[in-house]
Amino acid sequence: MACKFCGPKLSLCGLVLSVWGIIQLTLMGVFYYIRAVALLEDIPLGEKHGSIDEFVAEVEHGYNQNALNCWIAALLYVITLVISGHQFWMNNRSSVSM
Amino acid sequence: MGSLFRSEEMTLCQLFLQSEAAYACVSELGELGLVQFRDLNPDVNAFQRKFVNEVRRCDEMERKLRYLEKEIRRDGIPMLEIPGEVPEAPQPREMIDLEATFEKLENELREVNQNAEALKRNYLELTELKHILRKTQVFFDEMADPSREEEQVTLLGEEGLMAGGQALKLGACTVTLIRESTGHHSGKHWRQPHEGGANTTESMTRALISDDPNRHMGQVQLGFRDKQESLEFLPCFVAGVILRERIPAFERMLWRACRGNVFLRQAEIDTPLEDPSSSDQVYKSVFIIFFQGDQLKTRVKKICEGFRATLYPCPEAPADRREMAMGVMTRIEDLNTVLGQTQDHRHRVLVAAAKNIKNWFVKVRKIKAIYHTLNLFNLDVTQKCLIAECWVPALDMETIQLALRRGTERSGSSVPPILNRMDTTEPPPTYNRTNKFTSAFQHLIYAYGVATYREVNPAPYTIITFPFLFAVMFGDLGHGALMAAFGFWMCYKEKPLQAKRIDSEIWTIFFGGRYIILLMGLFSMYTGIIYNDIFSKSLNIFGSSWRNNYNESTLLTNKDLQLNPDSDDYVQIPYPFGIDPVWQLAEANKIIFMNAYKMKISIIIGVFHMLFGVCLSLWNHLYFKRRISVYVEFIPQILFLTLLFFYMVLLMFIKWTSYGPTPGHFGDETYVKTSGFCAPSILITFINMMLFKTDENTRPQCDDTMYAGQIGLQKLFVILALMCVPVMLFGKPYFIRKEQKLRAAQGHQSIEASAENGTAGGAPVPSHDHGDEDITEVFIHQAIHTIEYVLGSVSHTASYLRLWALSLAHAQLAEVAWNMLLRKGLMSPSYEGGIFLYIVFAGWAAISVSILVLMEGLSAFLHTLRLHWVEFQSKFYAGEGYLFMPFSFEIILDSAGQAEE
Repeated sequence: MACKFCGPKLSLCGLVLSVWGIIQLTLMGVFYYIRAVALLEDIPLGEKHGSIDEFVAEVEHGYNQNALNCWIAALLYVITLVISGHQFWMNNRSSVSM
Repeated sequence: MGSLFRSEEMTLCQLFLQSEAAYACVSELGELGLVQFRDLNPDVNAFQRKFVNEVRRCDEMERKLRYLEKEIRRDGIPMLEIPGEVPEAPQPREMIDLEATFEKLENELREVNQNAEALKRNYLELTELKHILRKTQVFFDEMADPSREEEQVTLLGEEGLMAGGQALKLGACTVTLIRESTGHHSGKHWRQPHEGGANTTESMTRALISDDPNRHMGQVQLGFRDKQESLEFLPCFVAGVILRERIPAFERMLWRACRGNVFLRQAEIDTPLEDPSSSDQVYKSVFIIFFQGDQLKTRVKKICEGFRATLYPCPEAPADRREMAMGVMTRIEDLNTVLGQTQDHRHRVLVAAAKNIKNWFVKVRKIKAIYHTLNLFNLDVTQKCLIAECWVPALDMETIQLALRRGTERSGSSVPPILNRMDTTEPPPTYNRTNKFTSAFQHLIYAYGVATYREVNPAPYTIITFPFLFAVMFGDLGHGALMAAFGFWMCYKEKPLQAKRIDSEIWTIFFGGRYIILLMGLFSMYTGIIYNDIFSKSLNIFGSSWRNNYNESTLLTNKDLQLNPDSDDYVQIPYPFGIDPVWQLAEANKIIFMNAYKMKISIIIGVFHMLFGVCLSLWNHLYFKRRISVYVEFIPQILFLTLLFFYMVLLMFIKWTSYGPTPGHFGDETYVKTSGFCAPSILITFINMMLFKTDENTRPQCDDTMYAGQIGLQKLFVILALMCVPVMLFGKPYFIRKEQKLRAAQGHQSIEASAENGTAGGAPVPSHDHGDEDITEVFIHQAIHTIEYVLGSVSHTASYLRLWALSLAHAQLAEVAWNMLLRKGLMSPSYEGGIFLYIVFAGWAAISVSILVLMEGLSAFLHTLRLHWVEFQSKFYAGEGYLFMPFSFEIILDSAGQAEE
């Protein structure tokens, strides 16, 4: 398996970033899922709302959507973690064998 | 008392060492690293000292080692280094062995290198010759080829005519020459076409050398005017090799100098050749010059010399050439094997040296350091013993004695060394014992100034206050966690990272301050929870204490609504820890609320910090037995600070405790006086206090003061504080004057001279006479000191507001980063948002780390440093000492190793 395409620095950067991303995005997903008020400003909402029920429904949908989006991003970071972890391992191994 | 609070007690000692034992003893002391030797012959220059010779020999050995190391590096052989295993300083007699070893190695290596160079030069010459033979063969063959010749004639005959007079003339000059030489060499091949009449006289002129100097491979155009005529000329040519870039100039020069009477052909050597002296790869070209006559020959040779071209003999006959080429090839092959063996030998020598080189370096450096130290010693009259003076930590006398005894035993000497305490008036060096945790903080203090001997050391307090003040400015749980993680990683991987010896300067700074970074991160996490800030968002862990009691229609029709703490909107039980998360949503007045809180907190912290600093000055006064300073400096100082600024802090607490909501009685006349409505501004109150002014409260329902008798008490405080100023100003000069008079009356009996000059308890009083000290100087000094303190108290208190300012800036910047970046990733209404978020998150993370953690962290760090150096330490810290620099192998080797890299 000689598919080494990023250097030691880049792979380390990817590793750190993806660990951070996984932790934060998963937690943010959870917070969206439990409808954290602090994140109310961070959900996509339209300008006009006909009635309060409509507004609540839209907010609910926004929370769910964002929770899922966060988890999707977290999943992408899991993939990044795997790739950069592999690269990191490759780099380490090649430097040892040298 | 632990040495972290004050510097170690030091004693000046005299050390008598027997000449034979001196070396071993100093070596032991060097391993110990607890003794600072003083130079006893400061007026003797370096060349007149006793052990110059040895030092010089060590220098020589070091030079040889450096040469070896350079060679080892050039060959890319790894140098073995066993961490933690450092050889002891060798015996002096071992030095000769070492010298011999290095001498042998160096000579061997030099010889090998010389041989290798000679061989390489030889090799180069042979390769060049090989190329010459090969290329010239081509030239000759080219000319010999009849069909080609004809073709050229037909092709170029016209061209030559077209080129006009110059070309024709040119051809005429050179043609004979060329034909002559070529005709001679390959006469038999030539006969045929000539006789065949292919070359008639009319086609005799062809341009030989093109006018264009860029056309290196100028076509050879030959022409024959008359066959018979040509035989009369003697053929002449030289062949050689020249650097490719010199060719154009060379060609032009030849042309000009010989007036076009030479013919040059050249061909590029495709493979680069190695220059043996510089071992660079150079490109060269083979050339061959045909000419006629001796005069031209010398000229051509001169030119070749001038262009550093190497000429090689080239036989004319093809058979000879072939034979020569064969000979050259075999010789090259032989040379190759010899070269390979030389390289192998060199490699073996270097590999053997690489195993030991680090050890040798350590040994030589140790010997050198020992002799260097011995040079500082005084020679006894009898020449039998060396006398040294050294500063020694009083607590370590035992260990030093032990080390000396070990040294004597090792040297086999019978006379034990004598360590003798001396009395001195000189200020001893400052020595604070540190470990890996405290040393970073101690360095922060030293960066400002080394503490005066036995002065209170601010480092242990800094360990807590530094990360805390930093965290007040950097309060964010998320950023703090990042910083703490980085610090923790460095502390956790301490040993391997240390062994790695990364050479980047920035890394060294970070790694040196790893414990500071860890603590700063942890404290920032704490203040982050207090501010309830994590990447500018709030955590609602315990449940907010605020409720919404508005009905639906109110909510629908109003943009901004207030929650009144004096009603059921607030449950009257504060959020258990930190700021209530509801404030994050209060867009209208979050900053106003946070500012009021953070400003007050900053001032409270600042005043306590300064008060603590002033209290530490009491410790100094007591320790140095400056009784007068306690009365006329410490007491007025602390009174001044307490009466004015600590009182302001008290007012803040009074305001916090005595004004607040009383639910159920909102708007009630009796309760309004203690409600938030009547809470006064602390700043206005304080300014009024200083100006002896009483403002009528603009709100008629409220009281003018916060408590009964406030105005009177404040006036008293201000007057008392102002009265402290003259005490600070005149107190000390007055007492000094009085004392001088008293002493004069008693007739020069020195009484309590230590009262002012601040010598340590144990040390003898310097003979420095206070009677001579000019009283005006004391007065001026005191005036400066007082003005600095009084004005400083005001400006320093204000200076602590930077805690608030930076904290606000950090919070706002974090919010901007979130709103401008991460929110963009969260605003898409469908599933692509996940992928978009993935990208945006990376950008947001990069901004967070680079700007919010690194840059803001640096700025907060610098402000914290300033608060410690200026606001805190100015209250008690003189910082006029000098550092204890013990003679220690460890330090010497470290610095030598760094200088080398």
